[in-house]
Amino acid sequence: MLRHVSNIIMALATLAACQVAGVLGGRALGLPIPGAVLGMALLTVALLLRRRPPAPQAALTRTAGVLLRWMGLLFVPAGVGVMANAGPILAELLPIVVAIVGSSLAGLIVTGVVMQRMIGQRHTPPVPLEAQGMLHAD
Amino acid sequence: MPTDLHTAWLDLRGSPLFGAPLTLLAYLAACRIQAAFRGAALANPVLIGIAVVIAVLQLTGTSYATYFGGARLINLLLGPATIALAVPLVANLEHVRRNLAAVCVATVAGSVVSVVTGIALVRLFGGSAAIAASMAPKAATTPIAMGVAQVSGGIPALTASFAILGGIVVACLAPVVLRWTRVTDWRAYGLAAGTAGSGIAAAQVAPRNPTAAAFAGLAIGLNGLITAVMAPIIIHTWPF
Repeated sequence: MLRHVSNIIMALATLAACQVAGVLGGRALGLPIPGAVLGMALLTVALLLRRRPPAPQAALTRTAGVLLRWMGLLFVPAGVGVMANAGPILAELLPIVVAIVGSSLAGLIVTGVVMQRMIGQRHTPPVPLEAQGMLHAD
Repeated sequence: MPTDLHTAWLDLRGSPLFGAPLTLLAYLAACRIQAAFRGAALANPVLIGIAVVIAVLQLTGTSYATYFGGARLINLLLGPATIALAVPLVANLEHVRRNLAAVCVATVAGSVVSVVTGIALVRLFGGSAAIAASMAPKAATTPIAMGVAQVSGGIPALTASFAILGGIVVACLAPVVLRWTRVTDWRAYGLAAGTAGSGIAAAQVAPRNPTAAAFAGLAIGLNGLITAVMAPIIIHTWPF
């Protein structure tokens, strides 16, 4: 049990360390890229090199699975900020609504159709996360 | 209410003891509601959760700044969750390597279309130039989108809201729209969701398919880079 908890803490610390490295690295090199995105690239490289990962791989995989499963929750505090911008949004409501819906769907369709065409019509069947060890059934 | 009790309530409202549990409970309720609609994408838990929190804040007369003082705790985990996308990305790296050209072409195309249609629709429907500049980068991950708005005559706070609302639109409608357009491959689904709807769309697809999660994570990074470079140029050379 204690081992389990400490593995999860190590996994979270690994993710946090990647973010710190991403923020500092991006600042130092003057890159216009957020720390979390750079951190994702750093962790990708670290996992590929896989020289003695700081956290056990299984714990990192499971912790990442839990975070991704609850990722929607993490957007709620920022999303409530729409409330603070209600004034300017309501002032130009029509163009804003049309543009958000129209351009989001245009970007979605163009990316999806181009990708689908270029990789051919092969179909990858939906594989449940449990089967890939991303989540444990609870 | 006695004054000391009232003071205690005012202190509590800005603390994590109010903002964090309110956010958690609202989101859990939203998940229940989505389950009641048999997991329908339209009953998006981010959208419902936000609506519930806003309703509670309005009823209790709490400002966004006060709420966010406590909810910051949850917001803080967004960074580690974004970084966690590296795990499915590495697990699916062979898929990515084999389709690298397609990934690049499709993401650039989706990125440019998002920016151009965003500006064009705002202007065609009578919106101001400041709103158009705030709209242009909204498909990119929020920190990049806000940075682009900052240097292009947009309003960064509005861009953050547009990015979240756009992400919700994609999360709600992607299953239907991609079925209509015959995008049946999870790699294409993930890439499209990540490019058009960034983190919120990735959050919708991540629990359903790890390959889609990998491509969504990749798309968030790539689209961020492309938008950071190209959106300011498009905004500055826009003819109307």
